[in-house]
This record gives sequence, C-alpha cells and structure tokens, in this order.
Amino acid sequence: MADNSNKKFLVGIFNDENVLLKAVKQLKAKSVKIHDVYTPYPVHNLDIYLGYKRSRLSKAAFLFGATGTTLAILMQVYMLSIDWPMIVGGKNFVAAPTMVPVTFEFTVLCAALGMVGTFLISNGLGPGKQAFMFDPRSTDDKFVMAIEVGKNVLSETELEAALKEHGAEAVNTKEVLTKKH
Amino acid sequence: MQVTSPIREPLVLRKDDEANPGKKRETTYADVTEDICRQVEAAPNPRWMLAMLISLTALAWGSYTLYRTWWFGIGEWGLNKTIGWAWDITNFVWWVGIGHAGTLISAILLLFRQKWRTSINRAAEAMTIFAVVCAGSFILMHMGRPWLAHWALPLPNTYGPLWVNFNSPLVWDVFAISTYLTVSLVFWYIGLIPDLATIRERAKAAGRPISAFVYGLLSFGWDGSAKTWARYEMVALVLAGLSTPLVLSVHTIVSFDFATSLIPGWHTTIFPPYFVAGAIFSGFAMVLTLMLITRYVFKLQPYITLAHIESMNKIILLTGSIVGIAYLTEFFIAWYSGVEYERYAFINRAFGPYWWAYWSMMTCNVISPQFFWFRSMRRNIYVTFGLSIVVNIGMWFERFVIIVTSLHRDFLPSSWTMFYPTYVDVGDYIFSFGLFFTLFFLFAKFLPMINMAEVKTVLASSNEAIREKGLIEVAEEAKVATNA
Repeated sequence: MADNSNKKFLVGIFNDENVLLKAVKQLKAKSVKIHDVYTPYPVHNLDIYLGYKRSRLSKAAFLFGATGTTLAILMQVYMLSIDWPMIVGGKNFVAAPTMVPVTFEFTVLCAALGMVGTFLISNGLGPGKQAFMFDPRSTDDKFVMAIEVGKNVLSETELEAALKEHGAEAVNTKEVLTKKH
Repeated sequence: MQVTSPIREPLVLRKDDEANPGKKRETTYADVTEDICRQVEAAPNPRWMLAMLISLTALAWGSYTLYRTWWFGIGEWGLNKTIGWAWDITNFVWWVGIGHAGTLISAILLLFRQKWRTSINRAAEAMTIFAVVCAGSFILMHMGRPWLAHWALPLPNTYGPLWVNFNSPLVWDVFAISTYLTVSLVFWYIGLIPDLATIRERAKAAGRPISAFVYGLLSFGWDGSAKTWARYEMVALVLAGLSTPLVLSVHTIVSFDFATSLIPGWHTTIFPPYFVAGAIFSGFAMVLTLMLITRYVFKLQPYITLAHIESMNKIILLTGSIVGIAYLTEFFIAWYSGVEYERYAFINRAFGPYWWAYWSMMTCNVISPQFFWFRSMRRNIYVTFGLSIVVNIGMWFERFVIIVTSLHRDFLPSSWTMFYPTYVDVGDYIFSFGLFFTLFFLFAKFLPMINMAEVKTVLASSNEAIREKGLIEVAEEAKVATNA
C-alpha cells in the first residue's frame, strides 16, 4: 500500500562556481550530507568534492565494444565460410584483412550505443521523463545545492546559517512529496 | 579556478552595455542563455522564411528529378558504357567529406582540449548529420531501385543462405556510413539534452505549454545534477574517443571504393590519408560558410569570434597544404611506378579534355588556401567567406577529376568517351542542397545553434576581471610555493 510522505529540503542558491565548490568542501568537512548539487554546466571537481566515485561508463563501453567485435567476427565467419562458403577474388573463406572494416565499425557502433543506453538508464533519463527541479534557474545561471533537512547532523536553522555563511545568495525550503511502497 | 593566459584571446566577447551606451560589459551566464534561446523562442523572422523558401524550392525541383531517376531509372543520367559512375559518386564522396569537420570539431578537438570548439561544435555536428544524410541519398539514388536498399545489409532473406559479400568495399561503405551517421547523431543529441532542458524550463516559466511539452519530451528529464554531469562528461569523452578513429575510418573506407580497384588513377595507397585530409579541408570550409552566415543572421558575433574563424582557417591552411602535397605525390608516383597506364591517366588529367576540371581543382585547393598564411587574411570575414566557397568548389572538382577522368579513358581506347551531365544529374545535386539547407534551417530555428552549457564553461576564462584575479592568485600561490 502506498504511503505518501513529504521530505523537506533546504535549497541554497549560489552565483559563482568557485563559491559553490568552497561551500561544498566546507559543508562536507562539517559532515553535512548534501542531497545533490544542480548546475547549468559541468563544474569540474564538483563530483570529487561531493564524494562521487568515478563513473564506470568507460568500462561499460569497453564491454559493449568487445561484444560488438565478437559478434561482427562470428557473423562474417559464419556467413562467408560456414553458411555459404564462397571464394571471392581467390581469397580464403575467412580472409581476415577484409573483415577489419566491418568489425571495426560494428565495434564502435555497439560501444557507442551500449554506453549511451547505459548512461540514460543509470540516470533515469529518457523520452517523456519528467524532471524534478529544485530551482529552474539551475539550467540557466544559478548553482543550486539541495540538503535534506531531517537526515543531517545540523538542524534546519544551523544548516540555513551554514549555507548563508558559505556564500549562498538565497536559501529556500522545498517540500517534496515522495511515495513509499 | 580556471586561469587563461592574458595573451590568449577571449572565447566570448564583451557585450554592448544597454545601460551605458557606447560602453561594453562582461557577458554573463544569463546573457548566454538569452542570446542563444532567442532565435528558438522568437517567431520566425522574414530572412529565415526567405531562406526556407529557397531551400524548399531547390528541394521541390530536385524531388522532380529524383522522381525521374527512380521512375525511369538511372538511364536518365549522363552515364554511358564507359562511365558507370559520375555525378552520383562525386556528390556522395563530396558530401561525406563535408561531414567530417563536425566530428573533428566535436571529437578530436575535445580530446585535444581545444576550448575554441565550444561555440561551433553544435552547428558543425548538425552539419555533419545533414551532410551524411545527403551523401546517403546519393547511395539510394544510384541504386536505381531504392526499395531494395536493404539488400546491402546482411539480413536473412528468402533466397536461402545468401549473404552480402563482406570482401566488397561497397559493403564496408554501408557499415561505415550507417555507423558514422548513428554515432554522430547520438553524440549530437546527447550534447543537446542539457540545452533542451534550459529551453523547457524557460517555456514553463513563460507559460508556453506546447513548447514546454515538446522540449520536455526531448530533454529526457534532464535535471543537471552533479552526478548526471559527471557521467555526461564521461560519455562525451568516450564518444569522442570512439568517434576519432571512426571519422578517420569512414573516409578511408570511402577511398577503398576506388583504391582497391585496378583503374589507373584510383589504385593508389595514398588514397586513405589523402581522402581524410581532403574531407577535413572541405568540411571546415563548409562550417565556415555556414557559421559566417549564421553569425551574421542571428547576431552571434560575441560567441563566434575572429579567433574562432582564424583557428578554422589555420586548419584549412594545414589540410589544404596536405591535399596539395598529395596531388604532387600522386603525380610523382604515377611517373615513378613505371606503369604506362598510370602515367597516361595523370597526364590526361592535367592536359586531356578535362583539363579545366583539373586546373580548377588545383587553383581552388592548392593555391587559394595559401592566402591564409597571412594573419590579415585569416581574420578577414569577406576573404574567409569567399575562400570557403572556393574550397568547396575545388573539393567537388577533386572528386569529379578522380572519378570521371580515370573512367573516361581506361585500358581500351575503343571505349574512350566523354561524360556530359543531364539536367537530371544537375537536379539530383540541387535536391541534395535543398535537403541540406532545409534541414539546417529547421535546426537553426528549433534547436539552440550554440552549445550553451559548454560556452558557459569557458565564460569565466573570458571574463577580464576573473582572468586578472586568477593570474594574481596563481602568482601568489607560486610565491608561497617558492618560499616554502
């Protein structure tokens, strides 16, 4: 049975990426649990300051690419030498050099599509997905930090003060309706 | 803190200050959003409508000749018993080449950390996709029976175990072009998502429900969280890593269509690098043609600066010179090979009945880019625009010279003949222009032409105050480090 409950967030709005980075560093030093940070462009080192692990998407790309290589080789060997063995231009049934272009292209295709698919799924992105925005200005010119109130070492008032102290130009509260099943 | 050397030109220029007429002010993040979203959100302007009208007229006329090609067959073209390929393959190779600059800008310049790519990568990538679509249209055209296009793919069929011939460069082409189109499309679209989210939020705020719905659908629920951005950057980097060899392989494989044959003038090992260099050369010329028009029409001068134009001209100079060396090498090797057919093919190119095409190619591709040795020329908008068109004409002639002059006089003098295009040949070429510009203008109207998110990453390094502050901080840090 669904149980609807509200989560309360403090939303700090920052004007400058450097101020934001310092604030993240200092709040993390105070053991404040930051829900997430939303920015209009990728801010370098922000993921490291937030303690996120390096993405494994490159490994996924490698695995998808290796699958593509294997499939392309198997396909060509099967079609040209097992299912319909045919000598073309005096070459062997399995003429490795002529298999290189198709194998290479199929490897790249599988690696690219597989990795992008993984990226979309792992981030919950897809056509028609609804975005929840703590502040729509984070797609324009503001840097937005969201901190969940109940689950932190500091109280709401202390968190608000800390955000302001570390450079937030405004701090808002936002209640988010979440469904628990 | 991003620090940029003070001698490096800013990538985003200062804007006119509306509050203080005659003065300039720093461009802000909000300015970037506003300037780029303006043409998407505003009603179509008369210049855009006129451009669309011209493009659609070309498309309509081309559609008629395309109908004739498909209904009556490729006998409508000027082909004959000796020249079985002419304009169709010339146009195909030319369009594929034009596409290369987009991937080069997105992928190779990203890997080399060339930040000047940020303002031009979106439009260049779009150009790539549309150019490859045009190239693909010529493959369908010269099939004669496009409804059987799927026969080029290794699909199970009702004729038993009958498969495509993987030893054929034409099958390699199918894989190369379709992979190139797919990966370029994915790369371009992934880059668009954050900007589409920006437009979505603006549409919501302005109370435009249809725009909010459409861009909401297209933006895939993007929220710009730090984790998503980190993964997005990884995706962009790996896609760049995958696209870099891909862009080199595509034109290499296209060159194999010729190089693996035995026709004098085609059977040369220099073709792969020579085709790739030529592709980048023509691609950058087309990017410049389009960007100079776009820059003027949409008032994007602060984002597409003279520094961007100069950088592109330097690449044109480099690749144009490589192409020039390739022409001379071809001639030298034809002589050095000692093969009389090969020697004749090249002498015939320069002094035979198609001499005018050869010398047009040499003038446009070898001589014209050399003007860019001069800084004043590289930074001159009018010279750049004129030469970009000259280079594209030259590169079309290059493909024409390679294909037609090699075919029209092959081993048997009894079959020597000339190729004269028909109006259907010309119309099919016009069709591709109509298609290309229709797609490009639709893109320019409904999608952001400049990658807002990426431009915002270089904005701080273009801000004079921040540059100075950054330099002071670095100097102080260096002082502390030295004292320590």
